[in-house]
Amino acid sequence: MRRSAALLIAGALTLTAAACSSSSDGGAKPTNGKVTISIDCAPPKSRPTQRKQWADDIAAFEKLHPNITVKSIDTFPCETPELFTAALKGGTEPNVFYTYFTDKQQVLDAGQAADITKYVTSENLPVKDDIMSSVWDTQKSGGKIYGIPRTNYTMGMIINRKLFQKAGLNPDQPPQTWAEVEADAKKIAALGKGIAGYGDYSAGNNGGWHFTAEIYAQGGRMVSDDGTKAAFNNPQGLAVLQNLHKLRFDDNVMGSTQLYKWGDLQKQMAAGKLGMYIAAPDDITYMVQSLGAHYEDFGMGPVPGQSAPGVGTLTGGDDYMFNVKDTPEQIKAGIQLLSYLWLTEGQGQQYNYPRSKSSGQAVGLPQPQLFQGATATKDAQLKAANATMSVQAFEPFVKANVPGVTEPGNAQAIYKILDTTMASALTSRNADLKKLLDTAEQQVNQVLANAQ
Amino acid sequence: MAVATASSGTDAPPARAADRAGALRRSVQRNLTAHGFLIGAVLCFACFQWYPMVREVIMSFQKAKAGRTTWVGLHNLDQIVHDPSFWPAWRNTAEFTGLALLFGFALPFVTAVVMNELRHARGYLRILVYLPVMLPPVSSLLLFKYLYNPEYGPINRSLQLLHLPTSGWLQSPDMAMLAVVVASTWMNMGSATLIYLAALQNIPGELYEAAELDGAGLLRRVWHVTIPQTRLVLSLMLMLQIVATMQVFVEPFILTNGGQGVEGSTTTVVYLIYQYAFNFSNYGAACALGLLLLLVLAGFSVIYVRLNRRLES
Repeated sequence: MRRSAALLIAGALTLTAAACSSSSDGGAKPTNGKVTISIDCAPPKSRPTQRKQWADDIAAFEKLHPNITVKSIDTFPCETPELFTAALKGGTEPNVFYTYFTDKQQVLDAGQAADITKYVTSENLPVKDDIMSSVWDTQKSGGKIYGIPRTNYTMGMIINRKLFQKAGLNPDQPPQTWAEVEADAKKIAALGKGIAGYGDYSAGNNGGWHFTAEIYAQGGRMVSDDGTKAAFNNPQGLAVLQNLHKLRFDDNVMGSTQLYKWGDLQKQMAAGKLGMYIAAPDDITYMVQSLGAHYEDFGMGPVPGQSAPGVGTLTGGDDYMFNVKDTPEQIKAGIQLLSYLWLTEGQGQQYNYPRSKSSGQAVGLPQPQLFQGATATKDAQLKAANATMSVQAFEPFVKANVPGVTEPGNAQAIYKILDTTMASALTSRNADLKKLLDTAEQQVNQVLANAQ
Repeated sequence: MAVATASSGTDAPPARAADRAGALRRSVQRNLTAHGFLIGAVLCFACFQWYPMVREVIMSFQKAKAGRTTWVGLHNLDQIVHDPSFWPAWRNTAEFTGLALLFGFALPFVTAVVMNELRHARGYLRILVYLPVMLPPVSSLLLFKYLYNPEYGPINRSLQLLHLPTSGWLQSPDMAMLAVVVASTWMNMGSATLIYLAALQNIPGELYEAAELDGAGLLRRVWHVTIPQTRLVLSLMLMLQIVATMQVFVEPFILTNGGQGVEGSTTTVVYLIYQYAFNFSNYGAACALGLLLLLVLAGFSVIYVRLNRRLES
């Protein structure tokens, strides 16, 4: 009996090990004209409304395309860096997998991206020509297309309208320059009760990310055009640090706790303890859906510049890429699915505004900004007709229309270095800001040299 | 002997060969259960310990680009050595290890000696000391993060009440590592204390009685009886603590919201490995640094084994 049990255990473990060692084939292969595709980033069970809408959309798509079977994989958040890089290394991504715009090079380096150029046709993706060329650029490498965009954003200044009103400020006129940020932040911080006028990041690589957004607004860049040298150690870079250092130590409007990363400022904002911070519009969705805030509490202005609204702002977004092992049929089916789910006016996850409105979801945020031409016009009309919030609250942001600038290559390695710079500027009263930039420049140059 | 017998078996008559085959079969059958149970453990170790270690060594000499893996010799090592964070990370790791030994090695031992001397409430104290170990590390660290908060943390508030100077703690490059060590010591000292206590309780009482008769006070008894009698446990714990503390990651990662700290004051070697692998997707560099850390820790192990042999002889 003992021997049988041992053999059973050994057998089971052997089978498990064998199962572990077999690599994924990237999903089922098409048979007899039928094709099965797997796609991730389906809403998890903890979001029942969105999950049901996803299931409804998939069922409707399968009805329209009887030869296609969709296997949904629910993930939240849609991408966890550790799991994502491990999946790339192991080649275990689904057929159609979620990525950020900035992941493209990583996926290409891992050899996991399928070239989908010849399948991106008006037949598979009817809005193909109405997607802005700047968005398509983010999906290309060497002239080939590797992804289908899902959403995009540009960064601006999110304000807490309630605190603006309490402080006697006009919430329909968010600050446009750093001098105005300073003046407004002082009045908000004067409300007391631990309320900060302005907040910024300095940890988790988010400090470097925001430094980038703020230097773009000043007209600066992080790296040279050829990507081989740091380009932020100049008056624009210094102005970014001086603005923050002044807000933190001279004006004392940022609180003394720093080392914030993504998620920290949102909690403060949702709790009514923060007046403003730089972010993308979808932060508002997060604060409403996950932190119990209300859409009417927020508004947005452009990212501030030194003497006028910013001349550039950081742009980013997310997309879906295709497993290098996908068959042509799977790629075609995947593009058709993404078109249905994310890129068709009046339907799917993103543009079925009446459904979103009836289920209490956000309609009216100035995001995504994927389209141009007729599709963009139609989208604006449908959005305004179904808005669940005051579209007026975002007008200063939309009207400023600050041009987007993409993130630099080797973004995370650069952000890591600038995190330290931001942290020092925000925690040390006597910080030598020029010296901080000198050090960061030297370190970024080393990182860029190593990456060549 | 067995080898000689087996090798001569090729020339043996058929009957003897059959006997031997039967003996072998019986031997295999007799040990089948043991082998069956063993194979599971061996497979687990092979899949999840030995294979990754071998892969790490291989990958530290490779680079993956556009799906193609190429041998790059010492390029990864060269890259990590020229990373501006490389030497600060080793310095910070050494600082953490030094401070952690100062607190985390001495404090549990002193606590164990005191508990051993106590006559009452021993069980209660043991639970009290071990309680932090039972808390999930992330919970403990979030608690410390709250305690260290410069605005509303109880530590600074208490200092303010006493009109003493406050600190930025985790936000101060001078205090950050010390703050991390204090949190780490509180979280982990329970296990070490109980191990020391067990070792102390194995010391024969006659030795203390003899020392007392000779007029030895508490400190002399600790120095001349307790420490020599627990020498082996102490040296083993010292080695284990060096190996564990040099791999510090979770504490700074949670406490400083990402691991770097102000001016990189809490960037450790393992945090750099994590950054290479999961932020920069540079597995080659991550493996090279991991290999370097392995070699350093192996060096400590060799020193430990040699010291131990010398002590035993």
